[in-house]
Amino acid sequence: MNIQEMILTLQNYWSKQNCILMQAYDTEKGAGTMSPMTLLRSLGPEPWNVAYVEPSRRPDDGRYGENPNRLYQHHQYQVIMKPSPDNIQDLYLDSLVALGINPLEHDIRFVEDNWENPTLGAAGLGWEVWLDGMEITQFTYFQQVGGLEANPVAVELTYGIERLASYIQDKENVFDLEWVNGVTYRDIFLQPEFEHSKYAFETSNTETLFELFTLYEEEARATMEKGLIFPAYDYVLKCSHTFNLLDARGVISVTERTGYIARVRNLARSISQAYVAEREKLGFPMLKEELCNE
Amino acid sequence: MSSNVLFEIGIEELPARFIDEAEKQLLDRTTKWLREKNIQFEAMKTFSTPRRLAVLIENIAEKQEVVKEEVRGPQMKIAQDEEGNWSKAAIGFVKGQGKNTEDIYTKELKGQTYIFVEKVSEQKETKEILPEFKQIISSIPFPQTMRWGSGSFRFARPIRWIVALYNDEVIPFDVANVTSSNTTSGHRFLGSKVTLTSPSEYEQALEENFVIVNPVKREQLIVEQLKVLEKDAKFTIEIDEELLHEVRNLVEYPQAFYGSFDESYLAIPEEVLITSMKEHQRYFPVKNKETNELLPYFVSVRNGNNHAIDNVIKGNEKVLRARLADGAFFFEEDRKHSIEFYNDKLKTVVFQEKIGTVYEKTEKVKNIAAYLAEKVELTTEEQKDVVRAAEVCKFDLVTDMVNEFPELQGIMGEKYAKHFGESEVVATAIREHYLPTSAGGALPKTKVGSIISIADKLDTIIGCISVGLVPSSSQDPLGLRRQAIGILRILLEQKWNVPIEELVHKVCEQYGVTVEDIRAEIIQFFKNRAAYILADRGIESDVVQAVLADGIGNMFVKIHKARLLSLKRQDNSFKQIEESFTRVMNLGKKYEQTDIDEALFETDSERKLYDTYVDVRETFHAQMNNEEVAEALDTLSTLSTPINDFFDHNMVMAKDEKVKQNRLALIHAISNLIKQFADVTLIEWKQQQ
Repeated sequence: MNIQEMILTLQNYWSKQNCILMQAYDTEKGAGTMSPMTLLRSLGPEPWNVAYVEPSRRPDDGRYGENPNRLYQHHQYQVIMKPSPDNIQDLYLDSLVALGINPLEHDIRFVEDNWENPTLGAAGLGWEVWLDGMEITQFTYFQQVGGLEANPVAVELTYGIERLASYIQDKENVFDLEWVNGVTYRDIFLQPEFEHSKYAFETSNTETLFELFTLYEEEARATMEKGLIFPAYDYVLKCSHTFNLLDARGVISVTERTGYIARVRNLARSISQAYVAEREKLGFPMLKEELCNE
Repeated sequence: MSSNVLFEIGIEELPARFIDEAEKQLLDRTTKWLREKNIQFEAMKTFSTPRRLAVLIENIAEKQEVVKEEVRGPQMKIAQDEEGNWSKAAIGFVKGQGKNTEDIYTKELKGQTYIFVEKVSEQKETKEILPEFKQIISSIPFPQTMRWGSGSFRFARPIRWIVALYNDEVIPFDVANVTSSNTTSGHRFLGSKVTLTSPSEYEQALEENFVIVNPVKREQLIVEQLKVLEKDAKFTIEIDEELLHEVRNLVEYPQAFYGSFDESYLAIPEEVLITSMKEHQRYFPVKNKETNELLPYFVSVRNGNNHAIDNVIKGNEKVLRARLADGAFFFEEDRKHSIEFYNDKLKTVVFQEKIGTVYEKTEKVKNIAAYLAEKVELTTEEQKDVVRAAEVCKFDLVTDMVNEFPELQGIMGEKYAKHFGESEVVATAIREHYLPTSAGGALPKTKVGSIISIADKLDTIIGCISVGLVPSSSQDPLGLRRQAIGILRILLEQKWNVPIEELVHKVCEQYGVTVEDIRAEIIQFFKNRAAYILADRGIESDVVQAVLADGIGNMFVKIHKARLLSLKRQDNSFKQIEESFTRVMNLGKKYEQTDIDEALFETDSERKLYDTYVDVRETFHAQMNNEEVAEALDTLSTLSTPINDFFDHNMVMAKDEKVKQNRLALIHAISNLIKQFADVTLIEWKQQQ
């Protein structure tokens, strides 16, 4: 099964479980969790079921396309269900069956792994799912998001698409994976991997980046003050990515580091709180819809 | 017919590290609950797997036991008026107990007469009580709990089913929106749903559905399977008990198998291979029977049977290959740089936010280590090694390998240091300075390693406590207690006569810790650890307090003193000596006079005591300096007779104030001398009369 078929299969599967199929969010980010479709929407009492592919950038993991496992940008398949359904483990396992993984012919385990993202004030409990010893999915019940208690609890499934594909296609090197028949991961991503690594580690103008960080932060704050939550959050994402670029260059000293993370966290927290307050003001519209349907 | 009860909590995969304790808590709490409810039973068994916690109660009584209880009311003089009528207080009391005044009887208690009634407990049917088990479920403690769905119930992981059976009847209750039933689930993939008709068929029914509910049995099965593999493949499997325990709690139905990796990876340090296998993948490493060398195989345990096991082997081999390839890559890359390159990087790594970077830490460790090395009279050559070892003791923390495998800190440092041309002594010290890694763990063997280990730990403890990071009774995230015990154990092992107080003051001075309270807190912290070490060696707590009264000083001497006093505590021949010492100290501690004027002595016994004291003092100090503890006590003991003579023939509180002061000064001086050995007044002497 090539990567495109895998994605289509997952889209099809989670669509049948009443998930809204979203597209990748158009701002750079380090993980699917940071999409407002997860981070903001998992807050508050409104039900929310969504699935999407999220390209995730981690400048520090770039390896110029030379490492068989590490990438500047990889792909996550992200599922959020709030409240978490009682049969979520079965739903997840059935999605593996849909991908052609018969549990009777493999060893599938749920191994304790608790997740925490201090920058977003988010934490959850769950597992990493092992397929014959390989971690293929992060399975998390959110307990806290944006510094707020998650209530009801959303469950987050994050499939590592490249990991899963390397298993399904039996490839050792991520660049040998088939995206569609006749087109490999190398064909599509080798050049950007190399260029992004070169940029992140060698050529980025750090003065510009420092300036951008400050500008984005100011814009986020100013926008927040006007009560515009979603655009403010976009600037928080930009801050976070800019910070990651600076960090990859190794130009953020130890003492500065904690300060930068705290600045992003404070913004993310106040935005999370403002989001919930705003939804409440609107009367939690999606909650009402749910009640009407019943 | 005998009655049995079964409760099973069905859970999404529990963390392996929670399971054993949760099963124990289930047993303890269920036992306590039935005891409190006066429900008899013959046996209780508990079971656990990653997906369930269960308890089976055999031969449980149908009803609660009847329990008679005496309830005390008010005193008779309040309960009855002069005419013998029951007072309001008495009537209120009996009514409150559901009784009548006819039920009242009286009894004497400590010379007072009270009124009583006898209460007979209500006798409920056991099955009426059993739904209360839901409280046991919510009371099981876990290191971490969570919520799920829309509920507010907290448990280690979501509860998905509950079996509650009293013989063939379901015991009805709800927990976390789950209703109890008689249906359990077998193995996630191999089994199916099972409806139980009686509690006693539990273990068997689940085994038929590929779940071994008894953890000990699962572990035995794994061990047997490992033995078969050893026989077939002719290798030895290193069975680490802790890993075996974890593995049994990761599977409901074990199936051991082995896979292999490319021999070329054996060139990576063995510790890296073992860590990759054990810590990251929960594999058992495999060794050659004869040579004890690592072989390119690994053993793992699948949660299931051996169907399509080749897939599982192939998948696991692939994962390990990627990990080992990483390890090989890091090993190659790390050796391309230099120690200076890494030390420079340490300037950007924070040790503790309020304290500074790791680089700054090594600078401080260097100063302490150099001081200590001189103090314990290492050779010039060794002192040079100490300085170098301190400079490079943390460089490996920023290598890729240690970044990936933090548990290899020090171990990689030793290997890389040798590669970078450091001497054997320095390389060994890098590894050893992390020792001991537990309170009773192995100590550094070399002198240089011991010095760096003490200096590093001292820096951590004093650094942390001085910025307020003091361990609480339950929390010690930086392991300061373990490290303090480590320091004292190393000093002991090396027989280094360096009082810990002196070290603490020296380091505090260096760090500009001038607040006396903080210094005192640090000393007290070490004193508590010294007490722990003495108690750990079987010394009674009163003796521990007695020998530590004068500070910690030289631990080696402290242990000698403590052992000796521990024996003297029971020794009849020491009774007279101990009593004279105690008499002197009880008096001497109260007065602070210090000036002794020989001219003011009036009696022979007084003069004799003083002369003996002067002689004893000199000999005693010489012997203590030579660590001749038993001899020193013997010397001290020669004071006993002169002390008794003194008390027999002199009035301490003489009428002449000058004479009185002089005598008190003599007593005080002797008391201080004895205290240098131990505060004998703190010992509970056990000699016979």
